[in-house]
Amino acid sequence: MFTTLILMRTLYLATAALVAMPLLLVACDSSDDPDPVVDPIDTAAVFATYADIVFASYEDSYDAAIALDQAIDAFIANPTQANFDVAKQAWLDSNEPYGQTEAYRFSNGPIDDEDGPEGLLNAWPLDEGYIDYVADPSNPGQFIRMGIVNDATTYPTIDAQLLVDLNEAGGEKNISTGYHAVEFLLFGQDFNDATTGDTGGQRPVTDYTTDADAERRKQYLGLVSDQLLANLQEMLDAWDPNGSSNYRATFLALDTNEALANVFTGIGTLAKSELAVERMFVAVDNQDQEDEHSCFSDNTDRDIVTNQQGVANVYRGTYTRTDGSVVSGPSLADLVAEADPTVAATVDASVAAALAAVDLIPDPFDQALINNQQVILDAVQALQTQGDNFVAAAAALGVSINNELPD
Amino acid sequence: MRAPTRHSTSARPRRREGGEGVALYLGMKTLLLRLFACALIPVLSWGFIACDGAGEDLNALVAEPGEELSGGARGTIFNSGANAFGLPSPGLDNQEELFFGVGNSFFNQSWVSAPASTTARDGLGPFFNARACSSCHFKDGRGRPPAFPGERPTGWLVRTSVGSLDAQGNPVGDERYGTQIQDAANNGFPAEAALAVTYEEIPGQFADGTPYSLRRPTITVSDEAYGPLGTLPLSGRTANHLSGMGLLEAIPEATILALADPDDMDGDGISGRANMVWNVREQRRTLGRFGWKAEQPTVEQQVASAFHGDMGLTSALFPEENCAPASPGCTDAPTGGSPEVEEKGLSRVTLYSGSLAVPARRDWQEPAVLRGKALFAQLGCANCHVPKFETGTSTIAASHENQVIRPYTDLLLHDMGDGLADGLETFDASGREWRTPPLWGLGLIQTVNGHMELLHDGRARGVVEAILWHGGEAEASREQFRQLSQAERDDLVRFLHSL
Repeated sequence: MFTTLILMRTLYLATAALVAMPLLLVACDSSDDPDPVVDPIDTAAVFATYADIVFASYEDSYDAAIALDQAIDAFIANPTQANFDVAKQAWLDSNEPYGQTEAYRFSNGPIDDEDGPEGLLNAWPLDEGYIDYVADPSNPGQFIRMGIVNDATTYPTIDAQLLVDLNEAGGEKNISTGYHAVEFLLFGQDFNDATTGDTGGQRPVTDYTTDADAERRKQYLGLVSDQLLANLQEMLDAWDPNGSSNYRATFLALDTNEALANVFTGIGTLAKSELAVERMFVAVDNQDQEDEHSCFSDNTDRDIVTNQQGVANVYRGTYTRTDGSVVSGPSLADLVAEADPTVAATVDASVAAALAAVDLIPDPFDQALINNQQVILDAVQALQTQGDNFVAAAAALGVSINNELPD
Repeated sequence: MRAPTRHSTSARPRRREGGEGVALYLGMKTLLLRLFACALIPVLSWGFIACDGAGEDLNALVAEPGEELSGGARGTIFNSGANAFGLPSPGLDNQEELFFGVGNSFFNQSWVSAPASTTARDGLGPFFNARACSSCHFKDGRGRPPAFPGERPTGWLVRTSVGSLDAQGNPVGDERYGTQIQDAANNGFPAEAALAVTYEEIPGQFADGTPYSLRRPTITVSDEAYGPLGTLPLSGRTANHLSGMGLLEAIPEATILALADPDDMDGDGISGRANMVWNVREQRRTLGRFGWKAEQPTVEQQVASAFHGDMGLTSALFPEENCAPASPGCTDAPTGGSPEVEEKGLSRVTLYSGSLAVPARRDWQEPAVLRGKALFAQLGCANCHVPKFETGTSTIAASHENQVIRPYTDLLLHDMGDGLADGLETFDASGREWRTPPLWGLGLIQTVNGHMELLHDGRARGVVEAILWHGGEAEASREQFRQLSQAERDDLVRFLHSL
């Protein structure tokens, strides 16, 4: 074995030296002259499709966040139960497009690069006691009122800058902004009370009318929903097709292999690690609803579906917008099919299987993780298989990626 | 002192019985390589490289097959980026990989004080150094001392002791502060003290006249909440990167014990003593492997002890709150349940910490690196930083078993001289002894953690200073290093950075 290896290496070196010159000439010829037999997929068009989908889905997310912000403003102005319910529905709606955009994370892109807004926009899990009152687990019926909303001594004025400054201050669960902060302020803690049909948290509307901290809570809610818009606007600017010096332009100018690695790493990591493990398996293993993604609204089943839909959108190069119209074009799937039809068939099947598996997870997730674990574990497996197949797909295109969660 | 020899292979454990299998394996390969090299080279008309018995030199300048696989065939990851320390061992099976993910989630999450709504995550403190494992082991990597007075340390803490040991061999702490200064506390408690470190520059020069400067740290403790600490010794300790801990645990105890030479019977000036430490699970003393003085026997106990000492969290191994005997109110503070870290959580973090892959070598075939590797052996560095082992069984993951690994440690204690002595005894370790730290991953600390502050308290600014601090048993090696030319020193550094 050992001697053979040395011999092979040596022969390789010798051979390489002999053939280097002719190879170089061939290479020069072929680069000027596209392959005459097959019509190749244009990689530039594949990346343009990706960029178009990214922009369209952030645009939908922004529009849905506008609707949420307006519903919240209407509720703050007139805090009735009806307006409260409209605001809560608007929050659920806003997560349908945003959940799909999570497929652009872990891709060296603007959402979660060094100064990306991901931590402000969608940080999770959060310590809800950091924001507002929570039930005292050791004294049933009592509340711990030590959150930012409740603490007028330390934080006499709640303003936008304060909330941004307090986000992740002193610990990564100290979350003061983002979708989940809005979620907590609208839905409240979920006590998993079966008598309510377990529809998530049941924050009373009186929190915004007669409660001692009602005014500060309204202020907080209004500011934190504005903050969503500001952060989503950053993403729109970054991916604006009319921008010439934004991230979209940078992305489209990347070396092909680097762009492929970025995009495949994003969907591979979301599927294999962030979604399958962090957001699903951890909750099952810990048997703890604290570990579910949208624990206040019980929207976790939809989060899982929209995340996986986002993965499929990227791979298949097609995105169905909120209004039903479709953005599509040459895709990663096309590239892989061209490079290796066998691998492509396996990947396609696993994307379809993952979509089907996540769709079977029942609502609410916090009950399923106790009573219906196998369905979740099957989905975890399907997502992981898909994530590993993306590694194989990238390899078929000559690119090496990792689908493990970066710390 | 062993004379430097040009006839040593860099990778063979030199102290007799230990790792016979590995040595034999290597010997056969060396023989094959030599025979083959002599046969092959003339064929390729590189006849000017002599095969006249100088095969040892030639051998030293050729990488061993598989040398790049520091963590073995199943425990090495090819990643030299910012996440190089944070990736799972490729040999984990599907189930283990999922548990690894759960462990990662535990490792990164912040704990909060009790009572809290997050009942599974409360119980921090009352005194603590950090809220999350990852605050000290940022990206599963290495901490550093505070850069300036007033910067709160992350990944660096201070140990102390009154100088005696308890019945099990644990150092006895100050009755108010314990064995570790916690510089943070829950509401209602004062932080025990503020920590800072200042340095005195000590100039020196290499034999060729090139100057250098070493910085000697002085730790200062201020704002002590419960009265002055007095003259107790203070020892700064940085958090280490965690790569390959499960592999180190899987090295058979007998292999390590066979390397020990407590009375320096072979007269090479190097003792090498095992630290036999209290194993809480087994309720007896077993070989210590982890920590700067090899004070923890297993990955699990290392993890549980960090939860306990650094974060104030109880577990099955350390069920009592971390309260010094005379710490006011400490034992009456609200707890997050008993224990605060449940058995399953501890087991997941143990799997996680014990299954972080070792990054593969970079540039291991570069001539400069190979020259540096030969120097590493010639200077005797490899006598303690033993390059290669074969693992035995593992309770953490089957893929850790029977692997040829290259950690560059003997896991033994060595007297490192006055310069590094901290005066703290721990089990069998004296105040002058330190465990040989593994060197794998060394060259990626800069990439992952953005600094190269080495040795137990982070005083060394890079590998050259770290070598120059070596004293005691390593003094002769250090002196030889000082005699090297600039080019040779550069080669040695290149080699160390390739690990």
